[in-house]
Amino acid sequence: MAIVFEKTKGLTDKPFHYCPGCTHGIIHRIIAEVMCEMNILDDAIGVSSVGCTYNNYEYFACDMVQAAHGRAPAVATGIKRVHPGNMVFTYQGDGDLASIGTAEIVHAAARGEKICAFFVNNAVYGMTSGQMAPTTLLGQVTTTSPFGRDANLQGYPINMSEMLATLQGAVYVERVTVVDFKSIQQAKKAIAKAFRVQQHGLGFAFVEFLSTCPTNWGKDPVDSLQWIRENMIPQYPLGVFKGKDLEV
Amino acid sequence: MSKRVLMKGNEVIAEAAIRAGCRYYFGYPITPQTEIMHYMALTMNKAGGTFVQAESEVAAINMVYGASAAGGRVLTSSSSPGISLKQEGFSYIAGAELPAVVVNIVRGGPGLGGILPAQGDYFQATKGGGHGDYRNIVIAPASIQELYEMTVEAFNLADKYRMLVMILGDGTLGQMMEPVSFREKEPIVIPEKPWALTGRKDREEHNTIQSIYINPDDLEAKNIELQDKYKVVSRDEVRYEELNTEGAEIIIVAFGTCSRICRNVIRQASGIGIKVGMIRPITLWPFPTEVIAAAAAKPETRAFLDVELNAGQMVEDVRLAVNGKKPVHFYGRMGGNLPGQQELLDQIIKIHEEGK
Repeated sequence: MAIVFEKTKGLTDKPFHYCPGCTHGIIHRIIAEVMCEMNILDDAIGVSSVGCTYNNYEYFACDMVQAAHGRAPAVATGIKRVHPGNMVFTYQGDGDLASIGTAEIVHAAARGEKICAFFVNNAVYGMTSGQMAPTTLLGQVTTTSPFGRDANLQGYPINMSEMLATLQGAVYVERVTVVDFKSIQQAKKAIAKAFRVQQHGLGFAFVEFLSTCPTNWGKDPVDSLQWIRENMIPQYPLGVFKGKDLEV
Repeated sequence: MSKRVLMKGNEVIAEAAIRAGCRYYFGYPITPQTEIMHYMALTMNKAGGTFVQAESEVAAINMVYGASAAGGRVLTSSSSPGISLKQEGFSYIAGAELPAVVVNIVRGGPGLGGILPAQGDYFQATKGGGHGDYRNIVIAPASIQELYEMTVEAFNLADKYRMLVMILGDGTLGQMMEPVSFREKEPIVIPEKPWALTGRKDREEHNTIQSIYINPDDLEAKNIELQDKYKVVSRDEVRYEELNTEGAEIIIVAFGTCSRICRNVIRQASGIGIKVGMIRPITLWPFPTEVIAAAAAKPETRAFLDVELNAGQMVEDVRLAVNGKKPVHFYGRMGGNLPGQQELLDQIIKIHEEGK
């Protein structure tokens, strides 16, 4: 019988540890699929960060290294400078990238470091049990904003894609989500474009994924997808913020 | 050895690193070590390597982590406040067993302190500073020639043991000029690195590098493995210099710049009939415990004098080595000040008189 579908070879056989309904799994799979489709799996070197995906070095089938909290773009810089011909990417959450690691991501982008940064924004700290993230929405209840995020006390969400798009070294910046088939296809295109930007040595490429956290949002998986549509997308609009006309 | 050239300590470190095959440098400016960066910025690209001025010391050490994980020979340098920032990275490098060389041209602290020479980072360098049970090899050269030779050696040791090697200098060593003779060919030993991240290529399995072991048995096993490695380093890599210790009544223990002053005091003391010797640790970790213990056991040794540019840090290791067999005195200066020869000679005379 002809094989019509099989699991991507870009992932190992290690079972994911993610919570039911969490979209990290989808994002892992489509990054892995793109690496296989582009035939770059054997050249790729990924950097895991700190948070729910701390051990995704066990999941991606390419060479992987685990970095200290927030420092993945610096670690990726070191790798890329040693192996300029390899495809280097980071996989970071919102606490890692938008809080403790702002300096590293901003300067990797400003240097035009020829890497891809995949940023998974679920508006909450997942691994440490639901604290407020820099990307937590106004009014959103978390374990450290139990009365809802109050701008007067806790400031405003950070729109990383819009911010990084202002930097000259960032040549491609897009925000996507993975809430349905169509958005997943768009997310795959964004991943592929980010890797092509790196292949052509054009500069820093950034893809932000709006992702669910049913456990810490206190919602079931379906409601979580709806919550992205209704609450996250108005704050974090989807689209290309830099490099729309870039032909790669 | 080739013709002697007059060079500044910081520049010699950079030159030695390039000669040792280091092709990646990541750093952030801080006095009094910045000439290392300047030299690297000028020469690294020509040597076929990469120089990156990082956005912070934190970023720099993590670039080192990445470059080392990728199989590169890599250096970063800083001075005390900047080294504090790198400590997190040191711990990760230890946990992931990556080779790296770090230079600390120590200045006075705590806090922003000053920019003049000090040895107040001894504890931080030798006892940790980052979290967890780990060790770094710490080398404290005392001359520009030794700075050159030990920097080359540091890279070999880092690769041999897959661990971090720190060159612990001070503002004087970094800033002063002395003649140095470079070898025609450096004794470079770079082992195969099958663990390095290169892209999977033809390998069956992907390589992964990490310092996390969630299962307690796995983490304990990793720690035991690290401790076993550190035992081998402690056994095989202790370096020190003994000067005039045969028949000495007082034995000075001092390292780095401080030992240079002590060296002159030994001559002066001899002139007034006091036999003084010196044990100069070259590796601060592993520490030359056995040689100090052996000196303490000699009947003619009456006392030790530990001299440092701090409030008394290495003296704790000296006391552990002496183990109560003989009195251990301490004399230190802080804030970037150095002791004068007469100042030290007065200490020697005092100890000599007390011992009568």
